[in-house]
Amino acid sequence: MELPKKINIATTLWTLTSKEIRRFMRIWVQTLVPPAVTMSLYFVIFGSLIGPRIGSMDGFDYVQFMIPGLIMMSVITNSYANVVSSFYSVKFQKSIEELLISPMPNWTILLGFILGGVCRGILVGIIVFCVSLFFYPDFTIANLPLTILVLFLTSILFALMGFINAVFADSFDDISVIPTFVLTPLIYLGGVFYSINILPEFWRSVSLANPMLYVVNTFREGMLGISDVSISFSLTMISIFILFFTLFSLYLLNRGTGIRE
Amino acid sequence: MSYALEIDNLKKVYSGGTEALKGISLKVNEGDFYALLGPNGAGKSSTIGIIGTLVTKTSGNVKIFGIDIDEDVAMAKSMLGVVSQEINFSQFENVIDIVTTQAGFYGIKKSIASPKVENMLKRLGLWDKRNDQARTLSGGYKRRLMIAKALIHEPKLLILDEPTAGVDIELRREMWTFLKEINTNGTTIILTTHYLEEAEQLCRNIGIIDQGEIVADTSMKDLLRKLDVQGFVLDLEHPLDEVPVIENYSLRLEDPLTLVTAVNKDKSLNNLFNELNKLNIQVKSMRNESNRLEELFIEMVKK
Repeated sequence: MELPKKINIATTLWTLTSKEIRRFMRIWVQTLVPPAVTMSLYFVIFGSLIGPRIGSMDGFDYVQFMIPGLIMMSVITNSYANVVSSFYSVKFQKSIEELLISPMPNWTILLGFILGGVCRGILVGIIVFCVSLFFYPDFTIANLPLTILVLFLTSILFALMGFINAVFADSFDDISVIPTFVLTPLIYLGGVFYSINILPEFWRSVSLANPMLYVVNTFREGMLGISDVSISFSLTMISIFILFFTLFSLYLLNRGTGIRE
Repeated sequence: MSYALEIDNLKKVYSGGTEALKGISLKVNEGDFYALLGPNGAGKSSTIGIIGTLVTKTSGNVKIFGIDIDEDVAMAKSMLGVVSQEINFSQFENVIDIVTTQAGFYGIKKSIASPKVENMLKRLGLWDKRNDQARTLSGGYKRRLMIAKALIHEPKLLILDEPTAGVDIELRREMWTFLKEINTNGTTIILTTHYLEEAEQLCRNIGIIDQGEIVADTSMKDLLRKLDVQGFVLDLEHPLDEVPVIENYSLRLEDPLTLVTAVNKDKSLNNLFNELNKLNIQVKSMRNESNRLEELFIEMVKK
């Protein structure tokens, strides 16, 4: 019998990635509109109404100071949410079998889901940035390459975390626990709305243990040119975590945790 | 002889301690139409799950067209198509996207897949529903979609896990014709089913699995040859008050117009009809009492 030729891995990867993009685009009312609406409200309330009373933060208008933080908040939650909900759904609907029965290698499956999450995270980030321009039309990006780099690294990192959450999830409750009780508090306390320089010494030290602080501040360095933390340290830590979560995800896939009996 | 599937001493113990497969060995010839039968919980789905890598085996070997799934899993899987027992596609996508995406998972580019998808959907009567969301399809159409998905990469070995469960008789017959056609064209087929008539009609060889062990692995003809007695139901022209007595034939009345008989393989039906004629009993029509394979199956899994 004639054996089939080698599998075209690029096609398998493109198929899964485009399927993931199609999924969040099909439900754009649930995936792309809410961040735009929520962030508009943040800009109206904290930027236009309360912001002028706060004055400046680290030498910038408050609304201008908030923009990088709110973009990062959207990128983090959407990259995470896309992968955790999509991967858990394919497990729940058993359509994961379509992938597992196919000759796709595990790293392609992981990469396909991560790219889907990255695409949604970045698209939402761009939408929120466009919304912010309505409230602060004169915004200019201080360091574009750094901004783009952090945008990509952050969305990759949180897409990976969403993937791991979905692998271990056994119910829909399991995919909402971490975003609600871990991610959201850490993001809100991670310097989205304030500089840690305004905190008392003790809370400033506590804040330094929050990983979100590094992500938000590195991005703020890219967009505004200011940061509360060391950029090289932050980029190194983000890269190390990406490497660790990638290896851990591949280990889980190869082992079949949560997906194979 | 080359084998489409070789299973050697396959064992599966689930984490709870359940021993689903106790070291089964099986060979399916290339081009065969093979029935894998067994009662619920016998180990059929575990076996299929291991072949498709949905279930992790405890020990043993599986080869698909000579390729060990432990050595080159991608190549082995590229020759395999599986129609699972449960619906396993995204319910929110439309039919054409589901099948095209499945082709993509096998590395088939969209430009190459599109005409294949069109052809497959037309063959399975799904073309008119190509833009419908999968969740809106009836049970029968969902089954067809499962088959389209499993066949789109033209696998050399197709495994169907109860493909006609819950579908109406007309669709079941259509599926039989379709499966016979693809088998004639060279695809090896392994079928599990609870409709034993289906296995008898379609399959040349048969394996019976019970409590994680293979209790029969033979040709359908040889298996059916083992039957010594066959039951027939005779519909009578006129009602009878009592059971007629005919030497060498066991008879019973189901109702005054229905006579049931068990005929030994070495006894002729002509003799029975002659004797009935002598007793002035007119037979209007005759049918098999039950599926022959069913009787054997029950006998084998009882042991």
